[in-house]
Amino acid sequence: MTEDSLKVHQPSDIQLGRIAYRRGKAIRSVLVAAVSTAVVGVLLVVAITGAPGWQRVKSSFFDASIARKYLPDILEGLWLNIRLFAVCAACALLLGLIASVLRTLRGPVFFPVRALATIYTYSFRGLPLIITIYLFAFGIPGLRLQGTPNVTVLGGAAITITYGSYIAEVLRAGIESVHPSQMAAARSLGLSYRQSMRHVVLPQAVRRASPALLNDVVSMQKDVGLISLAGPIDAIRAAQIGSAESANFTPYVVAGVLFVLFALPLIGVTDFVTLRAARRQNAGT
Amino acid sequence: MLLTCTDVRKTFGSAVVLDGLDLAVDEHEVVALIGASGSGKSTLLRCVNLLTEVDDGTITLDGEDITNPKINPDFVRRKIGLVFQSYNLFPHMTVLDNITLSPVKVHGRPSSSAKEQAMEWLSRVGLADKADSYPDRLSGGQQQRAAIIRALVNSPRLLLLDEVTSALDPELVGEVLTMIRDLKGDGVTMILATHEMGFARQVADRVAFLDKGKVLEQGPPAQVLGDPVEARTRQFLARIIEAGRL
Ligand SMILES: Nc1ncnc2c1ncn2[C@@H]1O[C@H](COP(=O)(O)OP(=O)(O)O)[C@@H](O)[C@H]1O
Ligand SMILES: [Mg+2]
Repeated sequence: MTEDSLKVHQPSDIQLGRIAYRRGKAIRSVLVAAVSTAVVGVLLVVAITGAPGWQRVKSSFFDASIARKYLPDILEGLWLNIRLFAVCAACALLLGLIASVLRTLRGPVFFPVRALATIYTYSFRGLPLIITIYLFAFGIPGLRLQGTPNVTVLGGAAITITYGSYIAEVLRAGIESVHPSQMAAARSLGLSYRQSMRHVVLPQAVRRASPALLNDVVSMQKDVGLISLAGPIDAIRAAQIGSAESANFTPYVVAGVLFVLFALPLIGVTDFVTLRAARRQNAGT
Repeated sequence: MLLTCTDVRKTFGSAVVLDGLDLAVDEHEVVALIGASGSGKSTLLRCVNLLTEVDDGTITLDGEDITNPKINPDFVRRKIGLVFQSYNLFPHMTVLDNITLSPVKVHGRPSSSAKEQAMEWLSRVGLADKADSYPDRLSGGQQQRAAIIRALVNSPRLLLLDEVTSALDPELVGEVLTMIRDLKGDGVTMILATHEMGFARQVADRVAFLDKGKVLEQGPPAQVLGDPVEARTRQFLARIIEAGRL
């Protein structure tokens, strides 16, 4: 019925006028945007290539032959970053989830675990990642314990533990944003605390926290490059070696571009999820 | 007796909400709880469902003392359904998943049979086409009917309804009340906290007036609502009539 009337509906002159006006306005704003982008782009190119030091910068940062020479090494290093990122991200999410749930437990019985989880999130959120990596990669082997893992694993553990604390905080805020009546409704149906958390509270908490969570994951993606401080040859370390050999900064630029390419898909996902979350928020309950 | 509350006391800090309350409910009986806002109707229902602990007194269900700390509250709650004023459906689940969550996860029923039963209920109240919708796509009345089904599918011994129509637009109240009337026909034992005096008069076997933490007066609806003995009941009803709700 309504669909039929929509199909045959002939817009009034007033509405046709509105449509034409909006179309004209849209075309005008696209034109303005295109022209201003072109102007800014040209100005930037002229300013940079016309700068007195441009020839030197070009040869020491953008040397194509050096880039080609070190690309394979840097790519191989990046493979380590990618694997490290996958493992660290999974472990940090798990760790953050556990710590955030432990912090919500009530009652005196749980005081010790609650306190531990709180101390963990407070201290590692404050501690600079570089210091944590140094402590793990150089401090722990110094203890000369049997079976100490290699520096890649230790550095990875430092990244995991640091990011686990960020994620724990984001998730805890998500859990607290779920209204207590949801927990009450789940418990009233006979679900245990664990079941209520798992099926009712956590899914909603993760959904609400997902933009912030993904931001943390994106920032972790570049911070896995800090593993180079501990010694293993990742993309940044490979670039450093190449740069020292060739006395040129181009390998760093190559590594930088590769990191951006590696991050792009996830940044895209993050934007999408954030937009969707914002739209949901605006749509109301 | 299916449910007995004996000398139940509940305080929040210095506020005494329930102060030696006694109430008994028989099987298949429908009891309407009335009383001013803040008189403790919700608190009593939450105590019965063990969502809050009583500070003193005893509550028994089927003769078993459910206020005994040795008892597992999850087992007690499986025998009691509770419906909230604000529906409290789970927004991240479809209507069907909301309804089958407890049968599947708590009672270990196969998902197919739980779904079948849920669909039967949804059809019965005219919501079959909403089974795969998320709660935010439903009107308040539809959400509340889905919430009632969610509480009912485990065949609880006792159904607690806490002002289930108070959050609804007036034209949506009827569909929910009709559903409750049908449940009475099925023989479901219910305690309903309500401000709908006309409805209480129609469906309740007994009306209990809560005042100052006690059941001040109870009896057949016609008597309690029509010819109350206690002066405070009369005052309360006069205020309700003034507000045009009787
Ligand atoms: N969790 C709580 N903490 C403190 N006070 C509460 C809590 N729950 C209820 N109360 C108080 O208990 C009294 C009774 O509330 P309630 O049972 O919701 O009344 P009713 O449902 O009859 O309107 C109110 O004064 C309310 O403020
Ligand atoms: Mg209430």
